[in-house]
Amino acid sequence: MFGYSVSDLGSIVVMQGFSGLSLFSVLLLMALGLAIIFGQMGVINMAHGEFMTIGAYTIYVLGKITAEYFPTFLPYYFFFALFAAFALAFLVGYLVEYLMIRHLYKRPLDTLLATWGLSLIMQQIFRTIFGGREVSPNLPDWLMGSWSVTDTIDIPINGMVVMAITFAVTGLVVMFMFRSSWGLKVRATTQNRLMAGAVGINTKKVDRMTFAVGCGIAGVAGAAFTTIASTGPTSGSQYIVDTFLVVVFGGATSILGAIASAFSIAQAQSILTFFLTNAMGKVVTLLVVIVILMLRPEGLFSSKVRK
Amino acid sequence: MLEVSDLHVSYGQSEVIHGISFTARDNETLAIMGRNGMGKTTLFKSLIGILAAGKGSIKVDGSDVTKNESYQRVENGIAYVPQGRMIFPTLTVEENIKTGMEVSKLERIPDDIFALFPVLYDMRHRKGGNLSGGQQQQLAIARALVTNPKVLLLDEPTEGIQPSIIKDIANILNEIHKLRDITIIVSEQVLSFTMAIANRLIVIDKGSFIHEDLRENVDTTQISKYLSV
Repeated sequence: MFGYSVSDLGSIVVMQGFSGLSLFSVLLLMALGLAIIFGQMGVINMAHGEFMTIGAYTIYVLGKITAEYFPTFLPYYFFFALFAAFALAFLVGYLVEYLMIRHLYKRPLDTLLATWGLSLIMQQIFRTIFGGREVSPNLPDWLMGSWSVTDTIDIPINGMVVMAITFAVTGLVVMFMFRSSWGLKVRATTQNRLMAGAVGINTKKVDRMTFAVGCGIAGVAGAAFTTIASTGPTSGSQYIVDTFLVVVFGGATSILGAIASAFSIAQAQSILTFFLTNAMGKVVTLLVVIVILMLRPEGLFSSKVRK
Repeated sequence: MLEVSDLHVSYGQSEVIHGISFTARDNETLAIMGRNGMGKTTLFKSLIGILAAGKGSIKVDGSDVTKNESYQRVENGIAYVPQGRMIFPTLTVEENIKTGMEVSKLERIPDDIFALFPVLYDMRHRKGGNLSGGQQQQLAIARALVTNPKVLLLDEPTEGIQPSIIKDIANILNEIHKLRDITIIVSEQVLSFTMAIANRLIVIDKGSFIHEDLRENVDTTQISKYLSV
């Protein structure tokens, strides 16, 4: 098939499958943030990709500072930078909610435009500060290289690290959503905002926290992203369409749905683009998603209860 | 306990509540009776703060809550059981009750709640949306009670519920009235239900109060006439 032998084909599937898993990791982190924001406030955050870029540039800047002033610290800085990426994106998200989003909650189309405008502004700010050329952070040596499973299969180490980060963050988000009182408030507000207020939940405060946490997770996605690709001012916006696809396909309020749909979309794209062209891979993925959404308009996983 | 004076509520330009004033005393159960479309639900929504009051004032235990948001009114001691129950369908029964405990800072669900509603204890791990109408009504009352309210508002608690369960709900409300130091205000169309629980009855018609009586003095045929279409 396609001029490959059976064992070649096996190796290709494993390696493309693994590069699909790296894509899956970034998409899932992005989709998690987008889904909890959309689920709770009905706000479609067009600037979500730029929060990812904030995380990526945070790693770049901290990497530079570490290399310049604390070179011995270089092998370990990445994990601290990860927290910094979350914190910075969280902070910017908090401010954006306070200054802009909260005034637009009752106007969904205006939020769409406003956050799109915000994304353009943020892209230009990145371009002004860091220049239009793509940059790569100084990654520690242990992140480089790959693990040769067999002669024909190479699994890159950075990909495995990205996956580990994704699983940890997803686990934390699930725990917070289902075990903490903040999660309970978020889920109550998601289901019925007026009634959540009428049982004593300060929904505006919950909104601000949720928006900031969603942006913070995008920042972590950006940090993970730096290990598999280089960062430019528009890196984030290239992911935003796929992220929306993941959220809609998975069912907007289901974390399990986000995981499953991020996995299938990332794998489909990664494996299809190897055998077809890049564009055809996307076309086929989109077509399948559209057909499935016609059959299940609420997404793959939506909670079934009496309404 | 709850003082409402000259309350006006409007949807846009059309005024629905025209200057209502009343006081509900400590430990009193007050029933507000009226036909559909007379403003019962609008009145209750403005008391809990889902609708803003155009004019007038609402005071709980002396403190003015007219300008407060819903959650602040709950902090001040108003609890609300809406028409149609409005429980959170995909949260479990236990989680539904816990949403009300943000305000009261309770660590765990008090035993007396499950004593009042044994069915909720049996169903505590089920999703709220999968309960029957009567069970959801009990859940909505439980969720309101864990906020430790001074005033409990119930908007048509018998709507869409079978007669035998209506009797249960009346018994539960009487029990709550006995156990707690609480003012209950209930809006209703079913006279037999309010006669079983209320100390005082008020009739609302086209957004104004037109009749008021203590239960002892109520002329049921007269009130039935107000309620019939």
